[in-house]
Amino acid sequence: MYWPGGSLTKLAYYSTVQHKVARVRSFDHSGKDIDNEPLYEISVQEEITARLHFIKFENTYIETCLDFIKDHLVNTETKVIKATGGGAYKFKDLIEKKLGLKVDKEDVMTCLIKGCNFVLRNIPHEVFAYQKDSDTEFRFQTNHPNIFPYLLVNIGSGVSIVKVESEDKFEWIGGSSIGGGTFWGLGALLTKTKKFDELLQLASKGQHTNVDMLVKDVYGGAYQTLGLSGNLIASSFGKSTTADKEFSKEDMAKSLLHMISNDIGQLACLHAKLHNLDKIYFGGFFIRGHPVTMRTITYSINFFSKGEVQALFLRHEGYLGAIGAFLKGAEQDNPNQYSWGENYAGSSGLMSTSPDVYPMQRTRSGTFDMLEMDRLERPLVNLPLLKDPSTYIPDTVDLTDDAMARKYWLTCFEEALDGVAKRAAASQPDSVDAQERAEKFRQKYWNKLQTLRQQPFAYGTLTVRSLLDTREHCLNEFNFPDPYSKVKQKENGIALKCFQSVIESLDSLGWEERQFALVKGLLAGNVFDWGAKAVSDVLESEPQFGFEEAKSKLQGKGRSLDLDLDGPPHKCALIFADNSGIDIILGVFPFVRELLSRGTEVILACNSGPALNDVTYSESLIVTERIAAMDPVIHSALRDEKLLLVQTGSSSPCLDLSRLDQGLAVLVRERQTDLVVIEGMGRAIHTNYYAVLRCESLKLAVIKNSWLADRLGGKIFSVIFKYEVPCK
Amino acid sequence: MSWAQHGQSETRWGLVQHRRSGDSTEGHVFPWFGLDIGGTLVKLVYFEPKDITAEEEEEEVENLKSIRKYLTSNVAYGSTGIRDVHLELKDLTLCGRKGNLHFIRFPTHDMPAFIQMGSEKHFSSLHTTLCATGGGAYKFEQDFLTMGDLELCKLDELDCLVKGVLYIDSVGFNGHSECYYFENPTDPERCQKLPFNLENPYPLLLVNIGSGVSILAAYSKDNYKRVTGTSLGGGTFFGLCCLLTGCSTFEEALEMASHGDSTKVDKLVRDIYGGDYERFGLPGWAVASSFGNMMSKEKRESVSKEDLARATLITITNNIGSIARMCALNENINRVVFVGNFLRINTISMRLLAYALDYWSKGQLKALFLEHEGYFGAVGALLGLLDSA
Repeated sequence: MYWPGGSLTKLAYYSTVQHKVARVRSFDHSGKDIDNEPLYEISVQEEITARLHFIKFENTYIETCLDFIKDHLVNTETKVIKATGGGAYKFKDLIEKKLGLKVDKEDVMTCLIKGCNFVLRNIPHEVFAYQKDSDTEFRFQTNHPNIFPYLLVNIGSGVSIVKVESEDKFEWIGGSSIGGGTFWGLGALLTKTKKFDELLQLASKGQHTNVDMLVKDVYGGAYQTLGLSGNLIASSFGKSTTADKEFSKEDMAKSLLHMISNDIGQLACLHAKLHNLDKIYFGGFFIRGHPVTMRTITYSINFFSKGEVQALFLRHEGYLGAIGAFLKGAEQDNPNQYSWGENYAGSSGLMSTSPDVYPMQRTRSGTFDMLEMDRLERPLVNLPLLKDPSTYIPDTVDLTDDAMARKYWLTCFEEALDGVAKRAAASQPDSVDAQERAEKFRQKYWNKLQTLRQQPFAYGTLTVRSLLDTREHCLNEFNFPDPYSKVKQKENGIALKCFQSVIESLDSLGWEERQFALVKGLLAGNVFDWGAKAVSDVLESEPQFGFEEAKSKLQGKGRSLDLDLDGPPHKCALIFADNSGIDIILGVFPFVRELLSRGTEVILACNSGPALNDVTYSESLIVTERIAAMDPVIHSALRDEKLLLVQTGSSSPCLDLSRLDQGLAVLVRERQTDLVVIEGMGRAIHTNYYAVLRCESLKLAVIKNSWLADRLGGKIFSVIFKYEVPCK
Repeated sequence: MSWAQHGQSETRWGLVQHRRSGDSTEGHVFPWFGLDIGGTLVKLVYFEPKDITAEEEEEEVENLKSIRKYLTSNVAYGSTGIRDVHLELKDLTLCGRKGNLHFIRFPTHDMPAFIQMGSEKHFSSLHTTLCATGGGAYKFEQDFLTMGDLELCKLDELDCLVKGVLYIDSVGFNGHSECYYFENPTDPERCQKLPFNLENPYPLLLVNIGSGVSILAAYSKDNYKRVTGTSLGGGTFFGLCCLLTGCSTFEEALEMASHGDSTKVDKLVRDIYGGDYERFGLPGWAVASSFGNMMSKEKRESVSKEDLARATLITITNNIGSIARMCALNENINRVVFVGNFLRINTISMRLLAYALDYWSKGQLKALFLEHEGYFGAVGALLGLLDSA
């Protein structure tokens, strides 16, 4: 799909991407020597997933762009291509000739709004506010479950103001002819500067007070006594009412920028007031990635609404029309029925802080920019137990905000990168090109980290989660779907062999002792985490490092646990599991078993796809089956559906409770879940440490990072045990 | 050339008189002035008593007489001061006195010369109060005191403006209506200027277009507020015209605009969509992007100065219309009165405002205009003088 507009051409197409996925399958063990066989079979298969691609080109590359589309359309049945925008007229003939397709013109605004709704619903941290006096200029917003109603102000050559009330209901409520075209056209006349970007550069260096008549120019020094701000503009260009004075290009450009931004802001506020709306999303080429215009528009909105209306911007603003045109073309397939996830590996992020700082990147983003969205197999929804989904923020530390933490973690990920690449290569010993792909992965992720050092906000709020997820996306990109599959397989096998003895020793304890041992086991199991550098160092160097050693490493004396396990049993517990091997088998399962014996049902949630050595849903099925074969409690619970295994919908080492598999959410509601257990550093510390739930929750993890331990005021291998009861 | 030089050559001024000057009428000493010092223009109204008795004439101090003669026998003062003779209100009764009201304007940058002249004519000896409004009342307060030995009585801009509008409308324009509108504004063939009776003015949106724009909502004689304002006003039109065309007076800018074609400069809806944009009900002739055609180098090279002046005028006027319309909707007011010196000799803008308000509101809003466009603040200041007993 194709969307020319302004000087950039945007195109969207849908592709199916073939990539490798790791699968596990249980062996048929009948008649075999179980002890010397691996627990299950790992295979790598080709899987086809749907992916949306959005690309931006400068119009000068229109031919290249069309060649590009042609190459990607060859195998499809496409006869008609969707185009929107004024430029659809301009390039109609060229497109039809070049592609041999009929051009179907779509309504610009319909597409824009469809695209806007799509990104608001599917991309976390899509929306941001601009903040002037801050270390980071962009403040990303939590996606609100209900995105309507909102005002969309599109500043192209002119301005369109649209009120959007629902997916299909929107209304053009006004506009203005003073827009980006006015800045560009009038600016070109006044300054003899031809390019829009250069005009903005001029403006950022100018002093508008030399050209504008300010309140203090009219009132003299007396404005203060009147409670007026002397720096307000009384009359734009009011000082240039003379033929015999020269004004600098910079000053005129700045004055023009203020004039236009203020005017748009004022009109937008008047419309927002009339329609009682407090959120305005701004888009169009005037805004697109230009901090200068975001700043002036934000100022204007704050000024005219007295802070009651918020000016908001979108990370993928430039793609909205293309996304919408695509969605409209694909209506029979209704992409809206799916959930989508931004692929960090394939997307170039939001660029530039100011035009001056990173000219190279600006040029690049202006020429060729892309966004990739993967279609997720199942729809994602909020955990029904979240206290307030609209204020829930998964991440504990905002690295965009916290420069020190950002520096630490970026370095940490950089230092770990060689090891990750090595492990990835080692995970595919039979592949001839594994080394080469691992190196490509290393390079790609290294570059992402460098981009993030310069522009922490490139993919929304920077967090440990986004760093981890980006790494997973990059690994997948180079066909390393599950570098830890063999490690997990081995550790699961070893842990299973110990399961019965652990259970026996637990059963021999008195009630209170047992509760304590269970929790300690849960925590000790969590030490086995290949994602944490400190741990992977230990595991690499001491392969026989065991459960008992782990228990002894835990910091902190056995203090009495305030988890209310001697009260009435919970109805149903939802447990988010962390690592494979000892963690899930010797830590989580005995705890699950205890809950089941108390009459509490258990929903055990594992990741849908692999991430580090985290246990996946399909692995959990096999592991559980094997445990059930040894343990009657687990066996009958499975049979009676008291123990339910579900997938989270995620492939991240962290946990976003606002994007969980719909099936999980349904089950949580049906079983009246009243206890949520979140385990592990990724899920309970990097994310959800501050998450507030409507039911009791237990967050536990072992801190396997000395910097983080320091920050939280503890030592490495300290224990986090956070039991929370909601206020009545 | 300036006020002062001209004034000096005109008359010889007597020395300080010790008697109280002029006659007091209900406690108000002549001369009666009202001053509105804006960002660009100073507006001065002067009440010339015509019922002076022989006795009064006899007693009238020389200074006062010469000021009266100077102001009423000239139509231009210095190189920049102008008396709008066509606006003069004749046989007005004000505070029991009969006389004519004169309307004079000059650029604000000549203010120091004006004060200088007042000083040289020993204005302060007349012991009258000089009431002034507008930002300049603050800016030049100190200059009046030090250069002219005059203490200004500063009056609130909004009060003066509203008071002035209501007063002038109530006394009428020498037997004609002060207020008018354009009938059939959307039809150039049938569009005509007609008197409007503003007897029951409330509620009213008052849009004052000077260098910048102020928008007031008036709900009753004493209940009015400033709604908003915009910096895109007359000063912007004139300032941009100077930069774009090299013109040096407002009149010149308007003259150029009257000969230009803005559709060469602006991008219209039909330039983008080939016709109307039906999805949003936008007519093809509507401006989609002011100066939008100027993004192209070839088009920049093919437009005339007149085209640019016209486009500037249309841009500023449409924008004011659009903001005024939104304010009227938010305030739930359907009569909008446009005043201010931007509208002086500016029929293009007035017709466009009338058209735009009518068209975009589907006939719900009415644009009204007043003959004394920019003088209401000054009139209000004069009334303020007479109110202060």
